[in-house]
Amino acid sequence: MGRGLAILNWSLIGFWIMAIISVCSAVLMIANRNPVRSALFLVLGFMMQALLYLSMSAQFIAAVQIIVYAGAIMVLFLFVIMLLNIGSPEALRERGGLQAPAAIVLAIVFLLLLAGVGALGGSQINHLMNPSVIPNYGTVDAIGKTIFDPSKPWLFPFEATSILLLIGVVGAITLAKRRL
Amino acid sequence: MIIPQHVGPIDMVAVIPYIAIICVLAFVLLLVPGLVWIERVVVALIQDRLGPNRVGPRGLLQSIADGVKLFFKEDILPANVDKMVYYLAPVLVIVPALAAGAAIPFSIVKIRLDSGVVEPIPMVVGNVNIGILFILALTSLQVYGIVLAGWASNNKYSLIGGLRSSAQVISYELAMSLAILCGVFICHSLNLVDIVNHQGGYWFGIIPKWNVFQFYGLGAVATIIYLIAMTAETNRAPFDLPEAESELVAGFHTEYSSMKFAIFFMGEYASMLVVSGIATALWFGGWQPLFPFLAFIPGWIWFIGKLMTFIMIYIWVRATLPRLRYDALMSLGWKKLLPMALVVLFLVALVDTLQTPSQPVGSHVAQGHLAASMVIGESQR
Amino acid sequence: MQSYVPFVMFTAIGFAFIFVTLLMARFVRPSAPNPNKQETYECGPVPVGDAWNQFNIHYYLFALLFVVFDVEAAFLYPWAMAFRMFGLYAVVEMIIFVALLGVGLVYAWRREALEWE
Repeated sequence: MGRGLAILNWSLIGFWIMAIISVCSAVLMIANRNPVRSALFLVLGFMMQALLYLSMSAQFIAAVQIIVYAGAIMVLFLFVIMLLNIGSPEALRERGGLQAPAAIVLAIVFLLLLAGVGALGGSQINHLMNPSVIPNYGTVDAIGKTIFDPSKPWLFPFEATSILLLIGVVGAITLAKRRL
Repeated sequence: MIIPQHVGPIDMVAVIPYIAIICVLAFVLLLVPGLVWIERVVVALIQDRLGPNRVGPRGLLQSIADGVKLFFKEDILPANVDKMVYYLAPVLVIVPALAAGAAIPFSIVKIRLDSGVVEPIPMVVGNVNIGILFILALTSLQVYGIVLAGWASNNKYSLIGGLRSSAQVISYELAMSLAILCGVFICHSLNLVDIVNHQGGYWFGIIPKWNVFQFYGLGAVATIIYLIAMTAETNRAPFDLPEAESELVAGFHTEYSSMKFAIFFMGEYASMLVVSGIATALWFGGWQPLFPFLAFIPGWIWFIGKLMTFIMIYIWVRATLPRLRYDALMSLGWKKLLPMALVVLFLVALVDTLQTPSQPVGSHVAQGHLAASMVIGESQR
Repeated sequence: MQSYVPFVMFTAIGFAFIFVTLLMARFVRPSAPNPNKQETYECGPVPVGDAWNQFNIHYYLFALLFVVFDVEAAFLYPWAMAFRMFGLYAVVEMIIFVALLGVGLVYAWRREALEWE
């Protein structure tokens, strides 16, 4: 397929729509003064990322992205925003500090990184854009068979996740219930 | 009835999802007024009063009249609300519900392919590979509509209602997704079409092999957990604390009027239909007939019949049970349903492991590695 | 991927329907705003202050517990799909995982974090 045709590809058009919405929602999330609206834009960003995963046929990751990030973690965020009375607009206003210079430096680094990737050229990137070569790639089946395969080393990280989550529970309860 | 693949220039196989779009949209949007009417009539019957009987024969036009009234009502925008979020919230309630309905298969059509083979094609908008997870993802987004409606209204009652509701919905979502997992176990698939197909057939030629009857009663326990969780998920009585009118005015939609209120209302019924549809497909065999000799009745009638049964149960429960206290609600979700669902899940897993001694492809290799890696696994820990 | 196309269409139609009904109503309904009508409705009394205020920390606790168990459920799905391949081994693996989280649930229970006050 020639490059001219590739640009008119439907999946590529979809990609650009999702990518643009995703980036815009990220910018709006930071630029917004109202924390609840910021959280909403973050949710929109998560949804777009889920769609991007889906377009790369990573179905399970897409579903988990929505269930865990959009459906659970952001609800927690919203609760925290609402409970701590930073829900009212204009309540958050920061100025001064090293934020602005740090942001500029990081932005330059990021742009350089992007330029570097662009300089690599299409040939190396092209094969990354067609990931659905492996059969069953990204299905829940395939992921389960990888994580729980006794011959693969994922058992320990998997059980360690559980301990991490346990620590989270204990920490939250200790924080919320100060009196022992 | 067998349809040929090509009717004129139209490829039926490719067209079916689009027919399904029309069916689902028409079903949900046209049925909601009907459901409201049915609910009011049935509740009136149970509570021994008249119910709607003024507009049209037997009050049949009552909900249409209500709809027209809401359409022409003034839209009051309270002064202190957060406008953007305030208008967004009703949309966030109904769109996930509608979208989740798109993944539920409701019937099957037999199509004679050009090659002469007759193939059953499921009637579903999107036959998604990860159907159940997909629906769970969408229903987990519904919580936003409610909590944001409560917050944006800038009304203390609304906010309490919204927070209550979201805490309730997320609590019961856990029990719900674990109960759904039991169904996934029994059928060994996440695809709802596969799940329904798996439930075809009968024991002794009479008892349907629905998931609810599977696994020596474990299926029934999981079904009951799901049914309780689905009632709580949709904020219906006896779990309707978010809109407990005796304490919170109307909960999260206190400040909503006219069409915005109507959309909240429709969203509630749409999500009732969706969770009932999941219950039908996951536990009660979807379009599979109850008895083999009733197989002449088309699948979609079976599906709608089962769906309406759940709606009736919803209404019956609403008319019968008093509202739960909030602490009782939370302890039911966390202390009873969640541990119960976990236990049932592991019992199902154990039964399934013991039932299938011979394992599919690649098992030999896996077995070979088993002993070795268990040692490795232990030493790593 | 093909199966998502009608789905996207369906969602778009759903969105469009909602917007059209909301918009259509705008043209036919009356509009007579006045300050009394637009006041926050709290059963009659004049509202005191904003609703955007501090709330019960318990909601936060439940949300956090929910996140933890939601992650657990996310791990359970691939397990449910794959465990037949690995049999009892996978079951034991998952029982350890869930038992650790069960300890968390028991801890929350004993510390009365599941109690609503």
